[in-house]
Amino acid sequence: MDPRTSVIEERLKNVKRIIAVSGGKGGVGKSLTSSLMALSLSGMGYKVGLLDLDFSGPSDHLILGIKYTQPQFQPKEDRGITPPEVYGIKFLSLIYYAGENPSPLRGADISNIIKEILCITRWESLDVLIIDMPPGMGEAVLDSIRLFKRIEFLVVTTPSRVSLGTVKKFIKLLEDFKIPLIGVIENMKISDSTKDEFEKDFLGSIKFDMDLEKAIGDPEKLMSTKFSMELRKILEKIF
Amino acid sequence: MHEWALAEAVISSAVKFSKEKGIKTKEITVALGELQQIDEEVFDFALKEIMNAMGIIFKIKLKRKKSLLKCNICSEMWSFEPEKLDEQEKESIHFIPEVAHNYIKCPKCGSPDFKIISGRGVWLDSIKGD
Repeated sequence: MDPRTSVIEERLKNVKRIIAVSGGKGGVGKSLTSSLMALSLSGMGYKVGLLDLDFSGPSDHLILGIKYTQPQFQPKEDRGITPPEVYGIKFLSLIYYAGENPSPLRGADISNIIKEILCITRWESLDVLIIDMPPGMGEAVLDSIRLFKRIEFLVVTTPSRVSLGTVKKFIKLLEDFKIPLIGVIENMKISDSTKDEFEKDFLGSIKFDMDLEKAIGDPEKLMSTKFSMELRKILEKIF
Repeated sequence: MHEWALAEAVISSAVKFSKEKGIKTKEITVALGELQQIDEEVFDFALKEIMNAMGIIFKIKLKRKKSLLKCNICSEMWSFEPEKLDEQEKESIHFIPEVAHNYIKCPKCGSPDFKIISGRGVWLDSIKGD
């Protein structure tokens, strides 16, 4: 018998909301949305956790400029692991254990890592735990739905038809599982909007921000970007 | 003491099982997979402390489980050899055994694509009661 799942609810009992940022498609801005959402909510006074579940391509630490090898940014071992608090955010990523080596993981490995992290991590009291999901609808999504009993999803798309079809399938999957959808954020908008495609679920658009790349790794600069300002307006509808 | 969190999971699991089955647990056997390199003394101490705090008691048997890894490319089978890794790599695998894929390669073909067949981590092997 795998004992790890028996304590997951206990570990998360003081976390008020668990929000997965997902959408099924890669390259739509899930990690940027997750990281800037964590920064914004922390700035608004919320107690925030950020869990990067993109094991193959973790990037939240790069976006937030977290030098993960430095002792002050590392998790502490205390009857489990306690995530470090960085810029007011309790942060955890596989990067702490995998380093810069590639992570060639199959489905069962991904499930095991998620269970292990949830079993041993002490998030303590949080207003919101943001989960940066990997692309796709595989193990990470299915296990998150199974293991986080109160999970809600915030879906990110781009206006491209290439993204739209996958995102619609993803929303259908959430409906099938009866998992709450907070809404859809349209990222990298240039001209036409997908607003009508999502009707009541549409939360708002974030215009393509040419200056965003220059702010990567610097939370202060990130918070001054147009991306961040537009995201904040959307977050005010949710929080 | 990362072992503490896993010990809590073992006790919680055994207690839940006892309640579901309506039995009084007398003995549990916990398998400790070689890959996770659990400190047996620390783990045993944690199990006993947690039981004391919960006011429950049952006998605990710990057994080591040898690791077996199998290459998904050439089917070579081998065991975890911690002496070939540095301290940081061993520590990382101790916390998350699957990061073995980041530090270990098939000794025959060099592939990092392998399956952990057995001896991964902590497993509640059996529960005896009446």
